[in-house]
Amino acid sequence: MAVDEGLKSELQKQGIFVTTWEQLVNWGRSNSIWPLQFGLACCAIEMIATAASRYDIARFGSEIFRASPRQADLMIVAGTVTKKMAPQVVRLYNQMAEPKYCISMGACATSGGPFHKGYNVLRGIDRYIPVDVYIPGCPPTPQALLEGLMQLQERIKARGFRQAMDEKRGEYPVPEFGQTGLVPRYNQDLFRPLDHPIQRFANVKPTSPTQTPPPLAPA
Amino acid sequence: MLPAVDQLKASIERGSPGVSITVEGASLRVQPQDLLRVCQWLRTSPDFQMDYVSNLTAVDYPPDPAAGGAGRMDMVYHLYSMTKKHGPVSLKVTLPRGNPVIESLTNVYRGAEFQEREVYDLFGVTFEHHPDLRRILMWDGFKGHPMRKDYVPEDQDAPA
Repeated sequence: MAVDEGLKSELQKQGIFVTTWEQLVNWGRSNSIWPLQFGLACCAIEMIATAASRYDIARFGSEIFRASPRQADLMIVAGTVTKKMAPQVVRLYNQMAEPKYCISMGACATSGGPFHKGYNVLRGIDRYIPVDVYIPGCPPTPQALLEGLMQLQERIKARGFRQAMDEKRGEYPVPEFGQTGLVPRYNQDLFRPLDHPIQRFANVKPTSPTQTPPPLAPA
Repeated sequence: MLPAVDQLKASIERGSPGVSITVEGASLRVQPQDLLRVCQWLRTSPDFQMDYVSNLTAVDYPPDPAAGGAGRMDMVYHLYSMTKKHGPVSLKVTLPRGNPVIESLTNVYRGAEFQEREVYDLFGVTFEHHPDLRRILMWDGFKGHPMRKDYVPEDQDAPA
């Protein structure tokens, strides 16, 4: 399947371009990630700045912010997710076409940020939906968001379309309003209280194989 | 220009007899049963015409563990006049913390409706004769009043 890199390079010098169908598809997919057009707080302002002419997310093929989840590939959770908003965010994610991706932009979306002790703030959207890329910052700069997008592109290129579809995320349970907060407090299949990005980077072993993040580099 | 608080107090007490007001710094402390009369008078009197309630909130004073007592709940009202371009007149009302009930301001200032709902939602103050007293920020099934000092938020890391 794979083309020998040396041969490929030699052929390219002679004006012959060789590729695989999979690489071609992924080249297209990773350069036309359409984000869902929605923002929750001040991070959304940075997201808008990223989309505007100065930083120009169009250079990465993601300028088409779709107002409908049915047409979007990427959910950028930009801002504080309140408990009142969380069910709607999960519902929108469920409605997106597969394969779909999620970027958690900023401290709030990742962990609740400065509001994590509040009665009204969800401590990280990864409690209910799987997150592909976490971007730190409060808010992250447009450069940081672009870096996150490039990381996501690498992630998409690292596996085939079929594999991406096989990891079909399906629907995630939408939390409901309880007496003190959301019920359940987190999706047990996705999230364990100690299984936080910081711990994940410290090589904490995931519980089940399905939670293993696929390798970023091509196999 | 508004007169100084002492003169303001004297004017209100002259205008609505039987009302007793104490001056507290820049604000006036009103008895709960007098609040509506005071606001009505401030709104209609030609000298003041306080036609706009810009802010309405509560302050929770929990019981002091050293001194004991039941604590108190203060309502704070900031009135302005759009016509006369002056303000604010700051009114304070003390309510018992255990059962804070006060007459709604909506019959004098219709715009107080949402702010009173917010105070009801977050502090648990009940407003009598409010047209639609229900939670505004938290959802209907929510229990407790999160801006009270003794409110303990849930532990989101507790087992689901």
